[in-house]
Amino acid sequence: MSKSVKNISIASHENIQMDGIQKLGVALGLLGLFIMALALFNVSFPNKGLWLAGSILAIFTGITVYANRTYLNQPEGINNNGIWHKNLTNRGSWAWMTGIILTSFYIVLYWYPQYLGLNQDGEANTGIVGFFDPLSYILNGKAASQWFVYGTLYTVAILGLGYKFILKYRHNKYQLVRTISVMFFQLGFAFLIPEILEKLNPEKAYFAKDLKNMWPLNYYFFNDWHLKAMLEGGNLGLFLLFFGIAMIFIISPILTYFYGKRWYCSWVCGCGGLAETAGDSFRHLSNKTDTVWKIERWMIHSVLVFSFVMTIAVIFTFLSNNPEMSFITKDHFIWGIVAFLLVFTGALYIFKRKDLDKDAVFTLLSLVAIIIILLLINYFSGNQNILFIDSNSLREWYGFAIGAAFSGVVGVGFYPILGNRVWCRFGCPMAAILGLQQRLFSKFRITTNGGQCISCGNCSTYCEMGIDVRSYAQKGENIVRSSCVGCGICAAVCPRGVLKLENDSPAGRINSNEILLGNDIDLMDLINQK
Amino acid sequence: MEHIVIIGNGIAGVTLAQQIRKKSDSKISIVSSETEFFFSRTALMYVFMGHLKWEHTQPYENDFWKKNKIELLQGLITAVVPDLKEIILENNTKLTYDKLVIATGSKPNKYGWPGQDLQGVTGLYHKPDLEALENWAPTTKRAVIVGGGLIGIELAEMLRSRNIAVTFLVREKSFWDGVLPFGESQIINRHILEHHIDLRLDTNLVEIISDEKGHARAIVTDKGETIECEIVGLTAGVSPNIDFLKDSGIELGKGVKVNRFLETNIKDIYAIGDCAEQHVAIDLRRPIEAVWYTGRMMGEALAQTLTGTRTAYKPGHWFNSAKFLDIEYQTYGWVWAAAKENEEHFYWEHQSGKKAIRISFDKKDRTFLGINTFGIRLRHEFFDKVLTSKETVDYVMKHLAKANFDPEFFTSYEKEIQKHFTSHFVGIITI
Repeated sequence: MSKSVKNISIASHENIQMDGIQKLGVALGLLGLFIMALALFNVSFPNKGLWLAGSILAIFTGITVYANRTYLNQPEGINNNGIWHKNLTNRGSWAWMTGIILTSFYIVLYWYPQYLGLNQDGEANTGIVGFFDPLSYILNGKAASQWFVYGTLYTVAILGLGYKFILKYRHNKYQLVRTISVMFFQLGFAFLIPEILEKLNPEKAYFAKDLKNMWPLNYYFFNDWHLKAMLEGGNLGLFLLFFGIAMIFIISPILTYFYGKRWYCSWVCGCGGLAETAGDSFRHLSNKTDTVWKIERWMIHSVLVFSFVMTIAVIFTFLSNNPEMSFITKDHFIWGIVAFLLVFTGALYIFKRKDLDKDAVFTLLSLVAIIIILLLINYFSGNQNILFIDSNSLREWYGFAIGAAFSGVVGVGFYPILGNRVWCRFGCPMAAILGLQQRLFSKFRITTNGGQCISCGNCSTYCEMGIDVRSYAQKGENIVRSSCVGCGICAAVCPRGVLKLENDSPAGRINSNEILLGNDIDLMDLINQK
Repeated sequence: MEHIVIIGNGIAGVTLAQQIRKKSDSKISIVSSETEFFFSRTALMYVFMGHLKWEHTQPYENDFWKKNKIELLQGLITAVVPDLKEIILENNTKLTYDKLVIATGSKPNKYGWPGQDLQGVTGLYHKPDLEALENWAPTTKRAVIVGGGLIGIELAEMLRSRNIAVTFLVREKSFWDGVLPFGESQIINRHILEHHIDLRLDTNLVEIISDEKGHARAIVTDKGETIECEIVGLTAGVSPNIDFLKDSGIELGKGVKVNRFLETNIKDIYAIGDCAEQHVAIDLRRPIEAVWYTGRMMGEALAQTLTGTRTAYKPGHWFNSAKFLDIEYQTYGWVWAAAKENEEHFYWEHQSGKKAIRISFDKKDRTFLGINTFGIRLRHEFFDKVLTSKETVDYVMKHLAKANFDPEFFTSYEKEIQKHFTSHFVGIITI
């Protein structure tokens, strides 16, 4: 691997090796994956169901054996020994290989599912999709699709590596509860319940399966096929439609106000769930420079605007083509959007502009102005493409570039190279919305404990979102950043007990003063004179 | 333009430079022989253990210094000539200053042990110490650490992270018992053993034996035992790093003698951080305070003086923290190893033997004097206020929940602690 980054730490690699039992665990896990790989290459197994069960069991057992051996034979506490020495977790050849395999898997999954053995012509599945048929019949009564395979593997990863995470942080109850939560939501709300609902309602059209996956992370929520499927999906479909809308406008804002965006990003969300469990070993790889922070802000907000524009266009087209299916007309809709944008940005400008950077305010106002002008031009000219571009191609581009390439191929495929939250940090429009609210209208912050920081850098290094936590902590400032997903690892790895995730009154939440305790009080006043 | 030269780029010197820059446009130069950029000395151990890479120990990006017009010079200073207002570097280049600040920190103590300068023998203070450990670690089966303080236990943890066997010689009868009272010290003794560290209490180093290549091969203890080892860690405290000032005319004791304004006996020369020694100790503090936090605070104070507001170094209430392997320790106010005559100690220890709290208070008026906490995080702000307003121990007990700084969902022990306190110190009054 000529591209692998050489370990430039001055630390050597000696003396850290797996013992026999750890190796056995890894071997068992790989055996499970190997059986699936054989299936992928069309080795035909008799009793597919048994082999499938066996391979999944092998993966779980392997992880359990490895994790028990690694963590249970030493005292509870932070265990990051050797993270930057190990090939896999320091962008060595194993990391690149894992990255390439994951990336290839996503490319095939999204664009060439036939190579996984999916048969779209009504014949029996082959390959790994066929291998998963028995489980699919049990759960949803149909043959497997590539998405069923993906969903199952995704769930296996979160459960298995979630167990490993729990052992690693077993001294920390916050981590324990949070991880059980993501495991629960993945297994129940994203996997079992939707599959079983499908089995119970075989005649209903397909609609979004992951119940907790809300717009705009679930970018196709308002797409015509999905809206139709929900509208024609009986009580269940209507429930999901209203639940989905309520999530966006009622449930999420309330929860984010009280708890910050963590209620979703590191407690409920599937992408977050995978990042926190399977991706935990790569959290330290996120880039912490100022430059990348700037790139982050531009990228994530661009994706948000893209998803917003796409959704407006798609809903407009839907309402134009299916006026009979909705009590809202396209005129209501356009005027509603314009009013919403005006009220939203107006309120933001009036009440919160002091909390935002000048360039952020400028960008926000000009973008909203452009969107409104475009909407009105197209509306009054009777253009069917409400934002000049055909909503269909807009939707397809979004699905390709953001939905598949960004969130999947780059987001997960590059875990071992760029860290485990690339998608959440640079791309997720949901994270952008929740982040905006977290920064401006929330009780959540990370409190710095007086003057106790020793600037060691563990918090910054292990922040998966690339926040330079230390830069705040060493000045005694609270950390109130829109990107913080509240995973709590900074507080866990801090050797001096300096950081605490808290929900407290919004007053005094953001302190830009240097209030390092311990020194003369009059001196602190002097220092804070700007 | 006034030229301020700071010798040493540790937390004291760097804090000073930043605080000056906030208020003034003076030319600021920092001279260091150790590293080009400021790093957090407290993080050295994490680099060895593989938790961090070297660059993570640097709190500021490399272009920070240029942006803030703080000039960084590399070189070892051999002499200071106050009459000419210049300093002389190793390669004989000279640098003139208008104001000079000595912030050269400490060096590990060596007590004249035979063999103390052999290969394989090191302290844990400077970056080169870390590099030496890196070199020796791959061929080391056993290391012996001499000196039972905060650095000794860090070094033990580091070596254990690479599966190197560690023998830990501690002069005292129990770990760090000059600072920690009996209960807390016992907690750490047990925890050291739990980490498979061979703890030898009440044991001193007599000599280090060399192999034929001049590398440490074994040590001999005062119990007559010879212990084979390839690394010897000397962690018996530190003392000011001021040898280069011997002939400068600056008044020296153990450290650079300074008054409350951090001024030396020579005009325009100041000293801060580990290397500064107060003529008269401040409050209950030691004349030399080799602590991260005090280095930072002296930097903050002196910056005011150097920007025109002559300001004394007046540290607030004492606080400190450490981590002993997996057990976190914080302290606020003063808790002495043995209660003084007017003091009463309240001690609670959790049944796990890994969490404890000790509060020192005045016997007569029950004023809260200080707290040690092990395995439970407490809020600095709370105790700072309590100490300032001289609240009683009963007040602290009543508001213990407010003082807690543990992460959410952690088991709270306040009820148990309060009950324990009530049964010992509060007759019939219940809280």
